[in-house]
Amino acid sequence: MKRFVIKEFLHIFRDTRSMIILFGMPLVQVLLFGFAITNEVKDVKVSVVDPAQDEVTTAIRNSLFSSAYFLKGEILYSQNEIEESFRKGKNKMVVVFENDFAGKLGRGEKPSIQLIADASDPNTANLVVNYANGIINNHFQTLYTNPGLPVVVPEVRMMYNPALAGVYMFVPGIITVLLMLVSAMMTSISIAREKELGTMEVLLVSPLKPIQIVAGKVLPYVLLSFINAVSILLLSYFVFGVPVNGSVVLLLAESILFIVLALSLGILISTVSNNQQTAMMLSMFALMLPTILLSGFIFPVENMPDILQWLSALMPPRWFIQIIKSIMLKGTGLAYFWKETLILIAMTIVFILVSVKKFKIRLA
Amino acid sequence: MNSAAYAIEAQNLVKRFGSFTANDNLSFFVKKGEIFGFLGANGAGKTTAIRILCGLSKPTSGKISVAGFNVFTQAEKIKQRIGYMSQRFSLYEDLTVAENFRFYGGIYGMSRDQIRQKTEEMLGKLNIAELRDTIIASLPLGIRQKLAFSVAIMHSPEIVFLDEPTGGVDPITRRQFWEMIYQAAASGITVFVTTHYMDEAEYCHRISIMVDGRIEALGTPAELKAVHHALSMNDVFIKLARKAVNKE
Repeated sequence: MKRFVIKEFLHIFRDTRSMIILFGMPLVQVLLFGFAITNEVKDVKVSVVDPAQDEVTTAIRNSLFSSAYFLKGEILYSQNEIEESFRKGKNKMVVVFENDFAGKLGRGEKPSIQLIADASDPNTANLVVNYANGIINNHFQTLYTNPGLPVVVPEVRMMYNPALAGVYMFVPGIITVLLMLVSAMMTSISIAREKELGTMEVLLVSPLKPIQIVAGKVLPYVLLSFINAVSILLLSYFVFGVPVNGSVVLLLAESILFIVLALSLGILISTVSNNQQTAMMLSMFALMLPTILLSGFIFPVENMPDILQWLSALMPPRWFIQIIKSIMLKGTGLAYFWKETLILIAMTIVFILVSVKKFKIRLA
Repeated sequence: MNSAAYAIEAQNLVKRFGSFTANDNLSFFVKKGEIFGFLGANGAGKTTAIRILCGLSKPTSGKISVAGFNVFTQAEKIKQRIGYMSQRFSLYEDLTVAENFRFYGGIYGMSRDQIRQKTEEMLGKLNIAELRDTIIASLPLGIRQKLAFSVAIMHSPEIVFLDEPTGGVDPITRRQFWEMIYQAAASGITVFVTTHYMDEAEYCHRISIMVDGRIEALGTPAELKAVHHALSMNDVFIKLARKAVNKE
């Protein structure tokens, strides 16, 4: 048994591909999601067309540029200049104030503000416009509380929680995806490899019991997956400041439960695949895609069609994501997600029973 | 019959997969210390039989004992007492020679000292002590094959099963391999070997030839050649294998 585990570790450490998947992947994924795929607005260059330059427009400009989101660009004077500046990529948005802005406002008319955004990057454009809208809206609400004055239009389309919400949300998802990947895929591949190379037969002929073979295969990956989970948490805590509001012990305990679940899935996959390619493909399509698409990691479960919602209820990651979100972000305890935990435990038991049964059938 | 004299006893061994009968009423006895050749064309049922004897597969019916233990009820005791080398390569290619010895010794419950001692002894016999820390993948096939055999007998089993051990190996290495088999048999290990090479069949003490799941001939090479009026085992085999119906 001890020898077996040592041997497994040697396999892993000698295989660069395994090492990359095990340790490179978490690092890259976390950093990628943290820095590149970010949806916060910060230091976006904004130019202004302001023919009037009166006290009202100046005040609005000040509130725009005093926020951390926007950087002051140029002052422009004509339509042509706007296009020119967009083409040169100098700014992401131009704010156009109507002529005689303060005067119109004073006469009870509705002056207009136009927000023109560079939509070649639609997501950013959308965000930037929404942020600007929010700021302008806020500006009018705080300054002109007098109900007699007409309020300038910017209708509120932004139901967005600014400042880093994206980073907070992706960490639970990333942990889930990586644990699934490392645990299920790596075990299924490593068992399939023994079958492919013929060493599995030798193991089965030996006095080792099937359960020992499975345990020997699984133990190293439990350990490595656990180290992975911890390192993702540390990374997201120190690099991105994602907090763990609830109990760390509980979080780790739930992670171990999920790791065991993923491992039993991996064994199940390996019992139906005879070589590494099959195991890899099965893990990819049967595990990875559902984990990413149906678990609520990227697309909220609530917005899915009914059929997909039922399907996602069958996906272990969905429940695990809910659990770790509760612990990390809401700081709640077991009382709030005992149901999800029970579902995970039940799934684990089913997977273990089925795979042990499958493993035995294969022996006969 | 005196069962103590036999390493393997099989009476009326039957294995069916659905309606297909892979092993049809096999009966044979292998004496202790004997080199028993198990011959047959591809698909004749050799591998099925060897898998049953090793405990990898359960027979449909029959009375079979290996090393004195019943394959139905005492499979665990059998496993301690046998070694196995499959036709596919059975060492871990990404581990070193010594690591393979350590691993296989370990799963057979050998102590650290026993393993170290055996490793030295085996490598010494093969004259390759300097390859101890070489990764298996970088060794030539012939050496790997000999190492695989050494590993299969390092825990001093009563019986070693060799499933086409010399596939793809050059004649000189095959010759050396059979010298190792003789040494093992001389030290009291019973050798049960399947092969395709008829010249190897001549090296065996006794052989059985399977055709279509049945044993068509059993005896010493000399006996079989006499009975079938053949000059070589090759002729015997071709005469018998022509009767085959359920393949190709």
